[in-house]
Amino acid sequence: MLASRQELTAFREACKAALNAQKIRILVCAGTGCVAGGSLDVYQRLIDICKEKQLPVSIELEEEVEHESIGIKKSGCHGFCEMGPLVKIEPMGWLYLKVSVNDCEEIVEKTVVHGEPVERLFYVQDGKTYEKQFDIPFYEKQTRVVLGQCGQIDADSIREYIAEGGYTALEKALFEMGGEQVCDEIEKSGLRGRGGGGYPAGKKWAQVRRQKEEVRYIVCNGDEGDPGAFMDRSIMEGNPHRMLEGMVIAGIAADAHDGYIYVRAEYPLAVKRLKRAIEEAEACGILGENILGTGFAFRMHINQGAGAFVCGEGSALTASIEGDRGMPRVKPPRTVEAGLFGKPTVLNNVETFANVPLIIANGVDWYRSIGTETSPGTKAFAITGNVKNTGLVEIPMGATLREIIFDIGGGIKNDEEFKAVQIGGPSGGCLTFGKEQLDFTLDFDSLKKVGAMIGSGGLVVMDEHTCMVEVARFFMNFTQNESCGKCVPCREGTKRMREILEKIVAGKGTLEDLELLEELAETVSKTALCGLGKTAANPILSTLKYFKDEYIAHVVDKKCPAGVCSALKTFRIDETKCRGCSLCAKKCPVGAISGELKSPFVIDSEKCIQCGACQASCNFGAVICE
Amino acid sequence: MEFDLKRIDEIIDACGCEAKNLITVLQNVQAELRYLPNEVMEHIAKRMDISVAKVFSVATFYENFSLNAKGEYVIKICDGTACHVRKSIPILTKVRELLELSEEKPTTDDMMFTVETVSCLGACGLAPVLTVNDKVFPAMTPEKAEQLIQDIKEGKIEC
Repeated sequence: MLASRQELTAFREACKAALNAQKIRILVCAGTGCVAGGSLDVYQRLIDICKEKQLPVSIELEEEVEHESIGIKKSGCHGFCEMGPLVKIEPMGWLYLKVSVNDCEEIVEKTVVHGEPVERLFYVQDGKTYEKQFDIPFYEKQTRVVLGQCGQIDADSIREYIAEGGYTALEKALFEMGGEQVCDEIEKSGLRGRGGGGYPAGKKWAQVRRQKEEVRYIVCNGDEGDPGAFMDRSIMEGNPHRMLEGMVIAGIAADAHDGYIYVRAEYPLAVKRLKRAIEEAEACGILGENILGTGFAFRMHINQGAGAFVCGEGSALTASIEGDRGMPRVKPPRTVEAGLFGKPTVLNNVETFANVPLIIANGVDWYRSIGTETSPGTKAFAITGNVKNTGLVEIPMGATLREIIFDIGGGIKNDEEFKAVQIGGPSGGCLTFGKEQLDFTLDFDSLKKVGAMIGSGGLVVMDEHTCMVEVARFFMNFTQNESCGKCVPCREGTKRMREILEKIVAGKGTLEDLELLEELAETVSKTALCGLGKTAANPILSTLKYFKDEYIAHVVDKKCPAGVCSALKTFRIDETKCRGCSLCAKKCPVGAISGELKSPFVIDSEKCIQCGACQASCNFGAVICE
Repeated sequence: MEFDLKRIDEIIDACGCEAKNLITVLQNVQAELRYLPNEVMEHIAKRMDISVAKVFSVATFYENFSLNAKGEYVIKICDGTACHVRKSIPILTKVRELLELSEEKPTTDDMMFTVETVSCLGACGLAPVLTVNDKVFPAMTPEKAEQLIQDIKEGKIEC
């Protein structure tokens, strides 16, 4: 238990010394992605081999470390999920990719014992081998600040976090600044909420600080529900202390003594890491009743979601923490006045809190030197879909979509044609950008100008084989399922919009349907109660705007240009390729295929239900879909 | 069916009897029983001194709570945007076909498998993914899913 600033400083020095005493550190990525690829087996195997060889392994960073020992640790997500499982070797800075259990023997023999690289595990692009992680183009073009320590430190160790400068911002806020000044500093830094709306965080904190009510709460929104977004997950899993530190600092600023973290149920690993981080911080005297001997108390609680997308909305989230149905309520009063348990509440998301320690430790000028004038700092994006390098990237605000998709993401998978990118998910405001919008810059204000929001930062890249009408239907199906049912525009509107879209993809749409769809979409946007409903129609409005010809093709020509909508497909058999084996006729569930053995078969288009079973079964590629 | 209500009481006591802990209580009870039987929900209401209607309203609001018994292996197929554009639906179709299940009938008669979809597991870098009892299986195809189910049936994979 650390009871003063001096004790923390001494503890930090001891942790640093212990870390430096390890002559080599092997960090096995233990993010959800790499674990799914088998990284935990790699981790265990590396330990076993080292123990067999009687090498001095240290798994946890102790204060008294044997000199020249080998640290084997589980790190958080590196973001390069496509290439997992990843193993990082420090202090060399080497990154091994796609490591399997069978590679462990060689890693120990060459790298651990002799300090030599295993070259075949390095990243190769365009014939060039990249030894060091940060030389790889995927990383080189990023500015990793908030995610800076993810993958670089043991995610389960407060000692490593402290050794790497963790909790210095808390120290500064507690012993040098005080609440008022912290609020000022965050306000001056221009930090804006990373969850979607982009509301200035410092302003929010100051509003809570000014409330008369003495009991206040700090709530962290870790209900990252946007499909295709996972940066908050990576922070909670990879560097939980950074976020906790940000929350305690917010507590100092708003004079609050309880923090609640709301994590979605789909992130069990994040919950596990956070729990451990809280326990360790409490044991060190960094959380609890008397933080570092100052008398300042801050208690941390974790609440797990139960699978409701709408709980990402502020008032729904607080209702859920209170044990109720997660339904948004009418505002005002706003969360800063009457939030959790009816008390003034600071509600920010994971990434926002993770920015705070950096701002306090490095100062406003440093922070404002990154990003744009009105949107300072960086933003993490999860880049997924039909792109070569899927994963997590962090770039300064104001970068262009082209830079993210082509320079960092490496372009479209299988060198297909780029078609669209969907940004922000259904809650954050989802826009579908066409080719012309690729040079659009990403920051809060320029996105607002085109009627979108940065959202939580999911970027889903789509290639030419994606049908935009079907994508709109997919989103409408999602928001309809997740609509809480409280207000009519969202509950009924999303249902009717989905019905119209289903009609169109089934080939039964008319031009009048398009008009009705647009009218409905605009009405729901204007009249729904909460952000989920207000933005629910964005996928429709944006696809109608940028891909109108595709809708027209569906309703007028009865064709799906991308060849996705099965009802609009026609199947025929290429006579020159058909061997007359009758396999397709046997597979056809409706008996639409007939013919004589050893001569070409034919499909009766009247009977055909476009299921594609014939095409899948044909060994000669004779069934053609148009 | 008989339920060990003493065990339920232990769970409630561990979480705390205040109404705000209802979701946590339901989560822990479901972790134990794999679903929320009516009798148990009534018992929870009584014990926590809240109305049965409140317990039902919360249990039916959240996707993760199930009022019906689930199979031993819960297969969740991710249909988030990233998985969707990397073709997750053919995997769902295949799995349902293999186990003779549908959207209306999610659990096999022998109570071995339950098949569900989930909106996003946050493992988008590995799309398309599915999970079996929270274990993540990356970069799936209909063929790999078929093999996976076979392996589970034969006890080759622990989930």
